[in-house]
Amino acid sequence: MKMMNCPLNGPRNISEFVFGGEVRKQPDPDHCSDIEWADYVFYSDNRLGIVTEWWLHAPSGYWFIAERHTATGEIQRTYDPSEIFNERIEFSTVNKEVLA
Amino acid sequence: MPFALLKFGINKNFPFERHADLQAPKALGSSYDVVIIGGGGHGVAAAYYLAKYHGITNVAVLEKGYLGGGNTGRNTAVIRSNYLTPEGVHFYTESVKLFTQLANEFDFNIMYSQRGQLTLAYTDAAVRAFRQRVEVNKHFGGHTELIGPTEIAELIPCLNMHPGQLSVQAGLWHKDGATARHDAVAWGYAKGATQRGVELHQLTEATDFIIKNGKVSGVITNRGTVHCGCVVQAVAGFSSLLAAKAGFRMPIVSYPLQAMVTLPVKPFLGPMVSSPAHHCYVQQTGRGEIVIGGGSDPYPLYSTRSTLDLKESLLASTLEIFPFMANFRLMRQWAGITDMTPDYSPVMGLSPVENYYLDAGWGTWGFKATPICGKTMAQLVASGGKVPELIAPFSMDRFEVFRQVNEMGATAASH
Ligand SMILES: Cc1cc2nc3c(=O)[nH]c(=O)nc-3n(C[C@H](O)[C@H](O)[C@H](O)COP(=O)(O)OP(=O)(O)OC[C@H]3O[C@@H](n4cnc5c(N)ncnc54)[C@H](O)[C@@H]3O)c2cc1C
Repeated sequence: MKMMNCPLNGPRNISEFVFGGEVRKQPDPDHCSDIEWADYVFYSDNRLGIVTEWWLHAPSGYWFIAERHTATGEIQRTYDPSEIFNERIEFSTVNKEVLA
Repeated sequence: MPFALLKFGINKNFPFERHADLQAPKALGSSYDVVIIGGGGHGVAAAYYLAKYHGITNVAVLEKGYLGGGNTGRNTAVIRSNYLTPEGVHFYTESVKLFTQLANEFDFNIMYSQRGQLTLAYTDAAVRAFRQRVEVNKHFGGHTELIGPTEIAELIPCLNMHPGQLSVQAGLWHKDGATARHDAVAWGYAKGATQRGVELHQLTEATDFIIKNGKVSGVITNRGTVHCGCVVQAVAGFSSLLAAKAGFRMPIVSYPLQAMVTLPVKPFLGPMVSSPAHHCYVQQTGRGEIVIGGGSDPYPLYSTRSTLDLKESLLASTLEIFPFMANFRLMRQWAGITDMTPDYSPVMGLSPVENYYLDAGWGTWGFKATPICGKTMAQLVASGGKVPELIAPFSMDRFEVFRQVNEMGATAASH
């Protein structure tokens, strides 16, 4: 079976992992247009080449990022999301006021 | 030997049809009214209806490989209309109607065989969903009914009625369910289109576009530049890649879909059987092979490689419902690249680029739509962009207004 290297658990069978979609920037839900939001939710680059994706190691519930070639299927690199997401993201200022 | 046969042997005019089904290739022209990209069933069907109903014959179909070598030649040829949404059922019912007449229309045998399709329910929830599908189907003139375990056992005596801890509770019996020879459908359309003047250019890949002020006026290919009045994109699994060349994104992710057949055995299975709970469906071809198919691969890829994992899980499911198949031998296995949409419905109609029409998002279910899709795409093109009512619900911008046509439950593992 194809193997994937989980940054947390080491090499595991690919069947233990769940594909979670392209890594992309979330627009601010309170200020973006419906079209921008639809683009974020439904549209994809669906590129041929090396892509950056979210993957889940299901047994341990651990989300990480993989760089994978979509023609050869070769997994180039897997790493913890903290490599990209290294500061706190405020999704919405409006909701915070409502909650307060 | 009967004399009647001998007569043909001495007749100088025999065989009567001397010309080949497809004309010899011509040089690629410098300009066409319509350029259709993708020589699968959908592309050649659109060309055929453009020529036949609209008198538009200055048309080139560009195919990077060979005619029908994409998903058209790789699918398991389930033809049915028992979907869930009124929009979907209406559309697919029209397609099934066209399919029944195709062989006569082409004068070319597509081996259309209406053997019915049975989908199995093991839970109350599945039975409820089936009831809804029965009513929607009847409303649009389809022949679909709910049948119980006794009738199912009569219809398919070799079916395991109690796989694992499950028990078959009911079946969605779709009498219109059919199959046909997929390559013959592509060939029939290509023959009819080229005989009317359409040019089919194989080994011709669209690599870029000439787009000015948001309007397409030409296609760049590996064999030179072609100017055109409009473009129809019908490239299935490669939809996003071509759209990217035209400068827009699509609500599509490309996943491989695998299938396989066994060695031929004596006929024992009339209807096509689908078990959504097992993610698999099984049917016997006219040659006796058992075709086995399931859902797409678990992650996106532009490669038609096959995996052992999928064979194992698909065969395990198949043996649950037909245990005696355990000693059958697999003969062939293959894959195609399927263009999956979030709501399991196609994307048809206008695109963000003017004069650039979309026929995409056919995922695992588009073979059955070939005739109606070709016909409505031809209407769209011939009218200069007036979207036919039948396909209006499938416009790409439905996602922007959150008006999806959800066919997931009626599609997954049933095709
Ligand atoms: C294993 C499998 C089983 C299936 N089972 C069923 C089923 O039972 N029932 C059903 O209804 N559907 C089924 N489908 C889906 C169905 O096969 C497709 O939806 C349908 O065939 C799509 O037809 P098409 O003509 O749009 O695409 P295709 O037949 O894939 O044709 C697209 C063509 O475009 C060409 N192309 C791509 N890029 C370019 C370019 N840049 N320039 C020129 N040419 C290009 C490709 O080479 C290809 O030949 C199945 C699919 C698979 C893979």
